[in-house]
Amino acid sequence: MTTAASFQIEYTQFLDLDGVPTQPLPDFAKDTETLTAFYRAMVLTRAFDGKAVALQRTGKLGTFASSVGQEAVGVGLAHAMRPEDALFPSYRDHAAQLLRGVTMTESLLYWGGDERGSCFAAAPHDFPNCVPIGTQVCHAAGAAYAFRLRGEARAGVTIVGDGGTSKGDFYEAMNMAGVWQAPLVIVVNNNRWAISVPRERQTVAQTLAQKAIAAGIEGRQVDGNDVIAVHDAARAALAKARAGGGPTLIEALSYRLGDHTTADDATRYRDPELVSTAWQAEPIVRLRKYLLSLDAWDKPREEALIQACQRSVEDAVQAYLAVPPPDVSSMFDHLYASLPHALAEQLTSARQFADRQENGHA
Amino acid sequence: MPELALVEAVNLALAHALEHDPSVVLLGEDIGVNGGVFRATQGLQARFGAERVIDTPLAESAIAGTAIGMAAMGLHPVAEIQFTGFIYPIIDQILNHAGRLRHRTRGRLSCPLVMRSPCGAGIHAPEHHSESPEALFTHIPGLRVVMPSSPARAYGLLLAAIRDPDPVVFLEPTRLYRLFKQSVDDDGQALPLDTCFILREGSDVTLVSWGAMLQEVLRSADQLAEAGIAAEVIDVATLKPLDIDTILTSVAKTGRCVIVHEAPRTCGLGAEIAAAIAERGLYSLLAPIERVTGYDVVVPLFRLETQYMPSVARIVGAVKKTLEAST
Repeated sequence: MTTAASFQIEYTQFLDLDGVPTQPLPDFAKDTETLTAFYRAMVLTRAFDGKAVALQRTGKLGTFASSVGQEAVGVGLAHAMRPEDALFPSYRDHAAQLLRGVTMTESLLYWGGDERGSCFAAAPHDFPNCVPIGTQVCHAAGAAYAFRLRGEARAGVTIVGDGGTSKGDFYEAMNMAGVWQAPLVIVVNNNRWAISVPRERQTVAQTLAQKAIAAGIEGRQVDGNDVIAVHDAARAALAKARAGGGPTLIEALSYRLGDHTTADDATRYRDPELVSTAWQAEPIVRLRKYLLSLDAWDKPREEALIQACQRSVEDAVQAYLAVPPPDVSSMFDHLYASLPHALAEQLTSARQFADRQENGHA
Repeated sequence: MPELALVEAVNLALAHALEHDPSVVLLGEDIGVNGGVFRATQGLQARFGAERVIDTPLAESAIAGTAIGMAAMGLHPVAEIQFTGFIYPIIDQILNHAGRLRHRTRGRLSCPLVMRSPCGAGIHAPEHHSESPEALFTHIPGLRVVMPSSPARAYGLLLAAIRDPDPVVFLEPTRLYRLFKQSVDDDGQALPLDTCFILREGSDVTLVSWGAMLQEVLRSADQLAEAGIAAEVIDVATLKPLDIDTILTSVAKTGRCVIVHEAPRTCGLGAEIAAAIAERGLYSLLAPIERVTGYDVVVPLFRLETQYMPSVARIVGAVKKTLEAST
């Protein structure tokens, strides 16, 4: 017997749970400006996240999917992207989206039940949130193909959860992008939970990164609570993609510290002990400790940051609450490039009924 | 003008689109070197290159899903699903994404793609190669669903579908691929979408159909003419959005309507057409609407397929029923 194929999956971590380097840091991480930018983005994301949950609890927002504990995945990734790249997010990727230019007001509008929340005025290439699990990986692969065909140095970047790696679309897209050598970066936010199903019940594969091996593309694992590790892997994958080196899968090990969404109650299926333990590894404290150890951060700066984040979140909330509800015709306005004649009567009917409701005749 | 079979007209339209619009790409299983299992894409990879005429891995959902990503990023992908029996995995992508992207982003992103697929029974094909799933797609908001009934119609409607700014499911009746030839001028002229075509005028009864079934419908009209009955024949062509006005105008004239389709009866497109006539044209009817359709059964293997498909005898019988009901 001989070995037909063999593989290994590399794991990368730069900062341990106490913010102590486990190995020499990459060059970008020697610039404390960069690290404080990462830190600020993670703190803002968490402030936004907490406010969104509070808004839902007080009836001012619909169901919301918190990203608490997973900020490093989106921040490390989006900081490595260029504006001309395209992000194909899932529905838990506010961290990446805020850096891409999606505003907090837009995000609140989306979760507040208004399509205008996906206008993304400052992120024109990015797809809206993808709710059907794993389907977005196909879109990213197709976008990557388009970029390569036109000879553009752009990449399609997508984020999918651990549950998503069990889906056919995840594998189909990864495999197709491999054949095409398309400039695609797939980040698996392995937060260990797909609603109530733990990672161990999702697959018996040792890692999710090794799923890339079956598609013939590079797969690697990073500590998803270490923003330096995420960013390092994302930079390398994007540089490879732009240089024609094909797709990469990055499995980022994080933890879903919150419920699946505000409609979920994780205490029904998850031992609170697990969550307490996972809080010890969360990404923000770890980076703060490292910055403090360098004297690149201090209490006044921390307090100023918290205040600034609270202010900008509050401004976004006020802007969101001030947006008047959409006109009933907006259900029809953008369904097609121009409204087909067959729909004109339904639009008229919708308008008439809406008018009656407003006049109290409903 | 060359005489072309329908499959050759499809090929000609695809070649025209590839030639005149650099953003057009084709993708699908076996469409490149092999030219497609029906040869609809024959010669196109040799002519336009493997980067624009893409042999994909065998993965229907990703064919649709990657086409969505391509379309949103400025390409005009025309994807082939080898048979409609294999089209069901794409419904997730088409329903949840292609038909919604423009709406969800308030027009910021759009999805100008075409999903081509051969459909229908009547060629003695193996299992899963004979279905008519058009109604599954006509129920999906944001799509266009188109089915040609002749080579000239295939050429013009396919060009229109490719140029349309929104997603189009383009179903090509396999039975017509090589059934007959027709003069087709490669003039790049698209036919209008969202409109029915009146194939034959008549004053006694309106026959409404689409795709391959128009062969039986036109033969029925010939037979009826011999008996002194003048049938008006409407080719619906764009199944969604539906041009109900043309049908209503015809029914107002004839007072009778027989709808013919190969797909199963329950919740078939015929049901929608009949309901629309009942809502808006009831008082012009001289007789109840008749539907001649496939049965609500699994499409049989081919020894029984002609029993499944609506026949001239069934169509003529239905027409006579409408005449008897109103005399």
